[in-house]
Amino acid sequence: MLACSRINVNSVSLIDSAIDIRTSGGLESAFEIIVCRACHDPPCARACPTGALTPRDGGGVVFNKDLCDGCKACAQACLPGAIHFDRSGLPLICTHCGVCSKFCSHDVLELIKVEVL
Amino acid sequence: MWSNVLYIDLDTGEHTIRDRADLFDKYLGGTGVATQLLLEECPIGVDPLSPQAPIILSIGPLTALLPCASKAVSMFKSPLTNEMGESHVGGRLAMAMRFAGYDSIVIKGRSDKPSYLSIHDEEVKIKDAASIWDVSSIEVTGQILRNVEPGKGRRSIMRIGEGGVNQVRYANVNVDTYRHFGRLGLGAVFGSKNLKAMVISGTEEIDIPDMSAFKKMYNKLYNSVVDTDVMDKYHDLGTAANISVLNQLKGLPTKNLKQSHFENAESLSGEYFADNLLFRKIACSNCPIGCIHIAMLKTQFHKGHEFEFRNISYDYELIYALGTNLGITLAEDVLRLIDRCERYSLDVLSVGGVLAWATEAYERDLITPSDTLGIALRWGDTDKYLKALDQIVKMPNKFYQALAKGTAVAAAEYGGEDYAINLAGVEIAGYHTGPASIIGQIVGVRHSHLDNGGYSIDQKASSQQLTEEKMVDKIIYEDYWRMVNNSLVCCLFARGVYSEQIMIDSLASVGIIKTRDELEALGKEIFLAKYQFKKQEGFDVGRVKVPSRFYETVSQLGKITPETIDNMLTLYREKTGV
Repeated sequence: MLACSRINVNSVSLIDSAIDIRTSGGLESAFEIIVCRACHDPPCARACPTGALTPRDGGGVVFNKDLCDGCKACAQACLPGAIHFDRSGLPLICTHCGVCSKFCSHDVLELIKVEVL
Repeated sequence: MWSNVLYIDLDTGEHTIRDRADLFDKYLGGTGVATQLLLEECPIGVDPLSPQAPIILSIGPLTALLPCASKAVSMFKSPLTNEMGESHVGGRLAMAMRFAGYDSIVIKGRSDKPSYLSIHDEEVKIKDAASIWDVSSIEVTGQILRNVEPGKGRRSIMRIGEGGVNQVRYANVNVDTYRHFGRLGLGAVFGSKNLKAMVISGTEEIDIPDMSAFKKMYNKLYNSVVDTDVMDKYHDLGTAANISVLNQLKGLPTKNLKQSHFENAESLSGEYFADNLLFRKIACSNCPIGCIHIAMLKTQFHKGHEFEFRNISYDYELIYALGTNLGITLAEDVLRLIDRCERYSLDVLSVGGVLAWATEAYERDLITPSDTLGIALRWGDTDKYLKALDQIVKMPNKFYQALAKGTAVAAAEYGGEDYAINLAGVEIAGYHTGPASIIGQIVGVRHSHLDNGGYSIDQKASSQQLTEEKMVDKIIYEDYWRMVNNSLVCCLFARGVYSEQIMIDSLASVGIIKTRDELEALGKEIFLAKYQFKKQEGFDVGRVKVPSRFYETVSQLGKITPETIDNMLTLYREKTGV
């Protein structure tokens, strides 16, 4: 979260991150990693009324900030809850850059290349 | 730059926020600032369990910014020693304070009914805790608060169990289930204030003056942490690896320090724990190491194949205190004892010391079954120790009331002071490595092995043939420089990474310019300010008695003589002026 915020948003914050790590019921329970799953037919893009989110080749979405009006319909369409918002209310969309995996010292997160069929 | 202090008054229910740049500019943060706040807020000679005694929490200028700057400092007057109380914690607390925007928190007064603090960004509330006051377990308390408080994924939850509520003098404060303000009794201070818990979280964004310099420093530190041997040392087997090492070196206190090696050490080794009981490792926020080792223990709670499993964090010190020092031969039994201490929120090192003294006193008929209420304490008898632990928390008679005040107090009442293994009223850490370990814990500001790492200086002495004076010089160097480290506040497990120059560079990367000489002088000044508090509360380093057992049992460096200790202490006092 700190790596995503530091490198992608140029900020030190737990909010300005496109990936969210939390527990499922305290530290004695398992961790949850909430991050964009790079859908091939992304419901968030379908839900976007302004065309700010459009499907990206290979999965996931491309975000055009200028078209976004902050309605949050995208977040409601995403079952895993992977669309996070920054302080100004705009979505933080994961670009699958892999920065989070570079700062995961225990190989839990990994950036892998997938073949598009 | 970051200098907000939140003052909370439990008497009136009010709070204020003050900018204390005057303190943070000079003392950086962490232990440096907390010491000044303690001197300001703690009336001389105050009863540590009275409303007037403050609780102070502090983070530092690197907290949540650079790798391993993951710890928070607490300061208070210790109900165990009646002088300076200081304990550090990992987990989520330091980060939660940073993003809530509080660099220090000062809590004074006493709530008129059971309460807990709920702090989320600028919202600070004292809430009713009557319905959870009697929940004995820290785990259940945490589960309940998780459901009613916001901040999921960003919050820290501190709470006390029955040991803290009943004010056992070495009760700890549990932080985020697996970490603790462990030593010197902060849990009893919480209990005395009718304070059951504190939840804190925040959503602030931290302004960094030069983001690109900061990112560069982050990368450099991250790479040096993951590339050095700290990952192997603390992440792989973890600190428990030391059981085999110290056993072989004859530095492992066993059966109340009657021995410095344990014939059954193999069955309590880090290797045994890792191969058979370890199931998970987790990390404090903002730390790439991940040293928290969690074992899974399956226990039967009723006949007819009724089982539960418990998740229990373990470390070297815990296995020593509730394992070798009590003659326990099964790792699973050590976990049962740790689990019971966790439930009650008791400091494991003090519990181990108290029970070890009581076992030997019972063996020597100094205390009788009528004192122990029929519990026949015996080396290695886990069930008896579990029962004794229940009694320490309930304190039904004079004997258990004494045990709840610590080894030194119990031995002063019942005898056996020669084998009441404490230094300056604090049950020792698991090292009988030589004179530097003993001196280090006597002179250390919180009488902790982590004040100056005396045990490690003993180990160097053995390979480098250090003179007594050289050992004293090394203790002093650590005493001063760890004040700087603990003001930043970096985890001491990363001390090899945070060298003098790296501390200077790290501070510069967040816009704080200090020279080496300034930091060195600051370390000494903070150290002496702590001694000022210690002295005003009656501590006299010249009057600390070393129980004769320390001299009788062979250490890693052979037998230690009183002359060596006297000589080193004299040198230390001449050089530091304490």
